[in-house]
Amino acid sequence: MTRHFGWPEFLFILSALRWTIALSLIAFFGGGILGVIVAALRTAPSRIAQWSMIAFIELFQGTPVLMQLFVAYYGLSVLLDVNIDPWPAVTIALTLHAAAFLGEIWRGSIEAIPIGQWEAAKTLGLGRIATLRLIILPQALRISMPATVGFLVQLIKSTAIASIIGFVEVTRAGQLMSNVTFQPLTIYPIVAGLYFILCWPLSLLSQHMERRMDIHIGGPQYL
Amino acid sequence: MPYVFQFGVITDHLPELLYGATLTIELSAASMACGLGVALVGATAQTLGPKPLRWAIRAYIELIRNTPFLVQLFILYFSLPALGIRMRAQDAAILAMSINVGAYATEILRGGIESIPHGQIDAARALALTRFQIFRKIVLPPAIRAVYPALSSQFILLMLASSVVSTISATELTAITNTLQSTTFRAFEFYFVATGMYLVMAIGFRFVLRGLQRLIFGRQPA
Repeated sequence: MTRHFGWPEFLFILSALRWTIALSLIAFFGGGILGVIVAALRTAPSRIAQWSMIAFIELFQGTPVLMQLFVAYYGLSVLLDVNIDPWPAVTIALTLHAAAFLGEIWRGSIEAIPIGQWEAAKTLGLGRIATLRLIILPQALRISMPATVGFLVQLIKSTAIASIIGFVEVTRAGQLMSNVTFQPLTIYPIVAGLYFILCWPLSLLSQHMERRMDIHIGGPQYL
Repeated sequence: MPYVFQFGVITDHLPELLYGATLTIELSAASMACGLGVALVGATAQTLGPKPLRWAIRAYIELIRNTPFLVQLFILYFSLPALGIRMRAQDAAILAMSINVGAYATEILRGGIESIPHGQIDAARALALTRFQIFRKIVLPPAIRAVYPALSSQFILLMLASSVVSTISATELTAITNTLQSTTFRAFEFYFVATGMYLVMAIGFRFVLRGLQRLIFGRQPA
């Protein structure tokens, strides 16, 4: 006997939305903290710091998120010699992924601040970290807001791939319900609609901020 | 018992992995071409077309950009058969990738078109060029030139996103890696190497697209 798609099935998918949101927020804030470090090291005077961050960013921007997830999932279970849950693997992979992208976005904004400000801070006796924290980052973060919010949209959509290793977020919940009701025609558009409800307001916000700052052609628009 | 890394098994299966990589390149190149076509038509219609058409294109762009590619793929491959529209996994993959990248590319190209100074259009109008002529000869060439770097980055992101089509049983590098790791039980080694292959392809694509830029637009920066 097959189940029919009704309220209980819809509520199951809807309640899985919290995992999509939780995953997005953890990766965004975790990646944000690491991203500041990545951006700071990427713009540091030390060559070693610069090159290691270039390698880190290149590695995460030049490979598919799905592969990053697989390597984290299988790599962790191999290194720790235990069967690892999808949850920590997904969190680690997406956090590092976000750190690379946010770090690169913020590097661009840090470099957009005129060099004179660094020099002025130096004459006032401020060290590199203090200058970065008090003078540069507050301005750089404001410049980076449209791209940062744009990346959050990208990150929310990326959480869908967690379904591939069996983590039950919205997409996986939709798949499960589709498998028991045989109504993919109803279910997947609903799943897409839920993502749209999450992402569209953020996209509009990003566009609004971009327009207010009068920045024209942006960089690539991440898938 | 600690895990012992055995990368030797990779060399035995290198031909399969390389075949997977060529399939990924094929899928990506085909979708890039289709996506570029969609972008040209879409951006033209959005600049010159009537209001309802412009709204329809806007809706298409927003719908695609605010939903995951994986879900778009599922709708094409799992939902559409309920309406009697069936296709092979490989075709569904190319179609989904083209529709997806088409939306992003249309938006990028539209941005480039809007960045053309209005004085140029006024000047062209003073020379009695028609609306379509102005668009094709005055607006479009510098717009494409200005957005070329953004388009290239988008195409590379498309190539990376293509790994997801393995979920609908389309064959490419990720799908072949999945099969190999499940028959050899060497998951980490295979995914590690496949990741490296993607990195090489991303760098290769960037190199080729930059070369193409020089070929089309000459050496001076856009």
